[in-house]
Amino acid sequence: MKRVAITGLGIVSAIGSSREAFWTALKAGACGIRPIESVDSTSLRGKRGAEVFGFDARDHFDAKEIDTIDPFGLYALKAAAEAIEDSGVVLTPDLKERTAIVTGCGMGGKVTEDQGFRDLYADHKPRFHPYTIPRAMTSAATSQISMRFGFTGPSLTVSTACSSANHALGQALWMVRSGAAEMAIAGGSEAPFSLGVLKAWEGMRVMAPDTCRPFSKDRLGLVLGAGAGMLILEPWERAQARGAKIYAELAGCGMTADAHHLTMPSQNGAARAMAIALADAGLSREEVGYINAHGTGTQANDSTEARAIREVFGVPPPVSSTKSMHGHAMGAAGALEATATALALYHGVLPPTANFTTPDPECDLDVIPNESRVCKVGAALSNSFAFGGLNAVLAFRAVG
Amino acid sequence: MPDPIIERVIQVIVKTQHMEADTVKPESTFEEMKIDSLDGLQILFALEEEFNVSIPDEAAKQLRSVADIANGIKALLAEQSAPAEA
Repeated sequence: MKRVAITGLGIVSAIGSSREAFWTALKAGACGIRPIESVDSTSLRGKRGAEVFGFDARDHFDAKEIDTIDPFGLYALKAAAEAIEDSGVVLTPDLKERTAIVTGCGMGGKVTEDQGFRDLYADHKPRFHPYTIPRAMTSAATSQISMRFGFTGPSLTVSTACSSANHALGQALWMVRSGAAEMAIAGGSEAPFSLGVLKAWEGMRVMAPDTCRPFSKDRLGLVLGAGAGMLILEPWERAQARGAKIYAELAGCGMTADAHHLTMPSQNGAARAMAIALADAGLSREEVGYINAHGTGTQANDSTEARAIREVFGVPPPVSSTKSMHGHAMGAAGALEATATALALYHGVLPPTANFTTPDPECDLDVIPNESRVCKVGAALSNSFAFGGLNAVLAFRAVG
Repeated sequence: MPDPIIERVIQVIVKTQHMEADTVKPESTFEEMKIDSLDGLQILFALEEEFNVSIPDEAAKQLRSVADIANGIKALLAEQSAPAEA
């Protein structure tokens, strides 16, 4: 079995749409939650979101591509291009044939679908735009990455709501580890800013009207985000042999299901996923110096996650939720957070939980409140726990 | 004097395909314009909107050029304006 190196990172997010901008914002504790601009928010109770920032599709794509690709696909393509360039890998015909693409997406092209349904039901137009299906299909980002770069290896999309990207990265990790693929591009993307999606989420009554304050006693819920994160995974020895910059080792993954409830998280499912990730990575709990939490900012998630972390670790390491900055980007969340975790290990700086005001006894953790912390750690976890009780936790080991 | 239906068909193609206006001629074929099957679907959609017609799938498969489209549109418009038979 091969060790797996992370050698390239690409980002589109609310706190910047490049690896450098993203990391600069994370270190500064900068919050990307702003008044929603791309949708008329008049009828919404929550009028703030974490829409992508610093990304103009016209800078990266021609008019025909923008016609045929939903925003979630555009974000994925841009992040993939950045990650491939960052890795410095030479895309030989043989490597392209043996490269896997595994993307996560929770909802698919809802901006596209919402427009079609508005045309049909509200404006009574007699026909749907013919690009609706190829734009909106949940696997569109994988297909677009494959076609853009000529990757012809095993390629698929994983859809497990808010855990999609962690499941995708875990799947890709195991493919590279086993030799089923020689390289993988993996991550997730989501573009949920349509009125239909926002109203649907409003119905769940978990949306914060102000901002996202994970683990803070005055937290009022989650704030939706958009974006994409893509990571290049390679066998460690190959990455070392070509002198690649290695951000971290993607060392393990733990996947579990709660078999419990559609929306209420379970401590047991979360704890087991963390324990399995540690075992898969061959890490002891004492080696873990940081956890990038699922940390949505809802009452139920944060207290349950805190108990699960205590159950696994006894004395937990520092924990932060970077959703306080880039929002909850659902199918992209795990990819943004895996990128944050890899960069934290690489730079020896732990990103904070922003917007934190008041400790909550129900979330008895060191949450790195508001200011990043210079701290070299040897290993880290990144948690994703989805509605419907589908959990995926990634384990990372620092280089050296 | 240019055929107004052809002119409108050309405008639809130019707009949906983001082409330069003077590159599309009445005699241009889809092959020459590098219009593939997916592009063709968008053109058909836009033509139905532009002329308020419904282009049947079988007829759509026969279209190969600007002239084919214009002739097909004219036939559909003539059908629409013909008095219904008793």
